[in-house]
Amino acid sequence: MGRRHRLPLPALAGASLVLVTTALALVFFVAPNDADQGFSQRIFYFHVSVAFTAYLCFGAGAWKALRHLWKRDPHADLESYVAVHQGVIFGALVLITGSIWARISWGHWWVWSENQLVLFLVLFLFYAAYFMLRFSVEPGPQRANISAVYALFGVVLVPVSFLAIRLSQRLIHPQVFTRHGANFGGWILAAYLVSQAAVLVLAYTLYRVELTGKLLDLRLREMRTL
Amino acid sequence: MTTAEKYVTAAYCVIFGVVLLYVVIIAFKLQRLQRDVDELKDGRGG
Repeated sequence: MGRRHRLPLPALAGASLVLVTTALALVFFVAPNDADQGFSQRIFYFHVSVAFTAYLCFGAGAWKALRHLWKRDPHADLESYVAVHQGVIFGALVLITGSIWARISWGHWWVWSENQLVLFLVLFLFYAAYFMLRFSVEPGPQRANISAVYALFGVVLVPVSFLAIRLSQRLIHPQVFTRHGANFGGWILAAYLVSQAAVLVLAYTLYRVELTGKLLDLRLREMRTL
Repeated sequence: MTTAEKYVTAAYCVIFGVVLLYVVIIAFKLQRLQRDVDELKDGRGG
């Protein structure tokens, strides 16, 4: 643990708290109302940040899975599992906050004809099924290998889901970043960047806390068998 | 409070509610690990 993770957990937890508080202050008290969407646009500061974080978690899960299969890194399987777990939690938040925004703007909680919504749901369900697969196999090298291969396959859906927002034609899912850069400036951009940093640091803190617990549990099991 | 304000508040409450629930679950797990460590220590005459 020590050799890999140099940032102490209390410092990370403190940074999360400061960043989340600053982000909320910027979102609700500093950033102006969007000219087009009004107050409801304020959901996007965290909705988009949580979505990028979920993609990043799935990517990290796949990277650790690759490390497990390629280098046989002893903790990579557990790290991949925790990253996917975080990705599913943040993925659920993306779906819930997105549905709330859709209800205000489109008048519907969910629209099945919209590819970007359905593709994100597919990505979420694919990774939700990861746990069913993992816990249906006895703990050991076989479970670690099967889980790693599954996590690697799923990551292909991340760019598809991300690009679907750009390729969507019917209802307009707002784009935060275009090929010309950010779609906004000033305090809106500042609030978004701080929110993104806050969610990333929060996700990393939760990842570290969960991983520490899992590694401790593993070590205890090993000690009991001695 | 307008409808939009209610929905935005609900969205942020969901986010922090889920994070809080996650932290509580992890706290319970860590408490269980603490008990396991104590049992192991007692079992070894520590």
